[in-house]
Amino acid sequence: MSLYYLTAHELHDLLLKKEISAVEINKAVFNRIESVEDSVKAYLTLTRDQAMKTAQDVDDMIGAGRPIPPLAGIPIAIKDNMCAEGVRTTAASKIIYNFIPPYDATVVKKLAGQHIAMTGKTNLDEFAMGSSTENSGFFATHNPWDLGCVPGGSSGGSAAAVAAGEAVCALGSDTGGSIRQPAAFCGVVGIKPTYGAVSRYGLIAFASSLDQIGPFTRDVTDCALMLNAICGHDPLDSTSSMYEVPDFRRCLVHDIKGLKIGVPREYMSEGIDAEVRQVIEKAMAIFELNGASIEETSLPNLGSSLPVYYLIAPAEASSNLARYDGVRYGFRSEGVQDVVDMFMKTRSQGFGAEVKRRIILGTYALSAGYYEAYYGKASQVRTLIMEDFKKAFETCHVLLAPVAPTPAFKIGENTDDPLTMYLSDIFTIPANLAGIPGMSVPCGFSSKGLPIGLQLMARHFDEDTLFKVGYNFEQVSDFHDKKPTL
Amino acid sequence: MIKKSDVEHVALLARLELSDNEKEVYTRQLNDILGHFESLQKLDTTGVEPTAHVLSLFNVFREDKVDRHLPLEKVLANCPDRDEDCFRVPKIV
Repeated sequence: MSLYYLTAHELHDLLLKKEISAVEINKAVFNRIESVEDSVKAYLTLTRDQAMKTAQDVDDMIGAGRPIPPLAGIPIAIKDNMCAEGVRTTAASKIIYNFIPPYDATVVKKLAGQHIAMTGKTNLDEFAMGSSTENSGFFATHNPWDLGCVPGGSSGGSAAAVAAGEAVCALGSDTGGSIRQPAAFCGVVGIKPTYGAVSRYGLIAFASSLDQIGPFTRDVTDCALMLNAICGHDPLDSTSSMYEVPDFRRCLVHDIKGLKIGVPREYMSEGIDAEVRQVIEKAMAIFELNGASIEETSLPNLGSSLPVYYLIAPAEASSNLARYDGVRYGFRSEGVQDVVDMFMKTRSQGFGAEVKRRIILGTYALSAGYYEAYYGKASQVRTLIMEDFKKAFETCHVLLAPVAPTPAFKIGENTDDPLTMYLSDIFTIPANLAGIPGMSVPCGFSSKGLPIGLQLMARHFDEDTLFKVGYNFEQVSDFHDKKPTL
Repeated sequence: MIKKSDVEHVALLARLELSDNEKEVYTRQLNDILGHFESLQKLDTTGVEPTAHVLSLFNVFREDKVDRHLPLEKVLANCPDRDEDCFRVPKIV
């Protein structure tokens, strides 16, 4: 296997054995970027010099006999909605096309503390609003498995980079499925941790009660290493949890005997692609063979998740995006008459179509006379959805479902109708509304060779069980080892 | 049913200037989207507490004292127009 396709833990072992150097690893990844980036288009900004410098530092540490953290020298990409000091951060929006953050996001700072080699900033749907990375204000990213298909979204650049060998791991953010859905479409592992597990400080806000940062990796072990590095309380994020972070590696054991896996029937009903259903059912059989029991369960209000999400998320977004007014940073429209004219022109020229659509929808849902009927109602139904999950977890340890109803779709296929695009998040949104952790694990391929993902969901702060079940599946399958031909 | 005038009103609230074409498209699309949301109105939510936050909320207090903060130069470095230590904007009144 090429160096750029190894996992972080494999590379770490090779570093410790001094069989390779961190500089060699990074050279291999940047050479790979050079040869495939023109067709994948995963990155908005590359930080090669910075990465090579860190790699050299790590090699010096090894040379001096100093211990190195598990992710030291590993090439890792960051979604471009997380601030990295001195590195252009755009959220793929023209409205902040030139923003140079004066500080690091907490996750970026934590990874820097591990001496990771940051490869660059990856493409996304503008402000993370979208499911295909086609809404980027700059260009679309392509799926490494089929360049005519989308990589999913909104963290499509991060997922595609890991799948294409352009980074070993990556960070993404997940508001309604933006880590799990692209992970599934690109055949990599992705986890959205429990709301509050990872600090959101320095993450450009989309919908603050739903946003959560998480990793993309090539296997479940790397996923545990990444989560170990980024979890934990942060005084700079008042919603970040005081929960004590375990070493998630303790869950990487092969035993799932006696585990009760629930399959919500609403996830397996109409609207799901036949091939997706087939591979999910195969996965269920594998878990049974490994000693777990599969039980059908129900989340009766699941059907309401999509409308609830598309009221709550745009409502929160409309208020979060009020800050982009051309005063303190980013784009400012020229030739304006007064300050209100400046706000109007700056925002109209700076935001893309989907962002404007959601700001209008959200402002409408929050406006006088409609607040109770829309936002108020959605917040109540959100409670019902949370109660459904609570009830399901009374009898099941973990829930199993598809990540998305279909494999990756064609570029341009869903861009005319926002509603069809929204439907591709239908299976990932519920975990965000309930704040529970969800993981996407590669579990098969369609007849056209496109990856399909298995979704695992657990109780609040029970990432342990996700790692355990994901790891178990990985031990008896080889889907995560398959690589696209580019 | 959302009318074009509703979209115009909301766009003004959100400080967005829309072209005629955008107004037409957004009016149609918002009606489609909100039509899809009618199903929520049928659910009985009498007595159900709304959820604004998924984990138990508590106030986060800190001492009212100056903590670490960014130097002024860094704060102003990204602004499109400045006047010494201030952000400069077009006339307000």
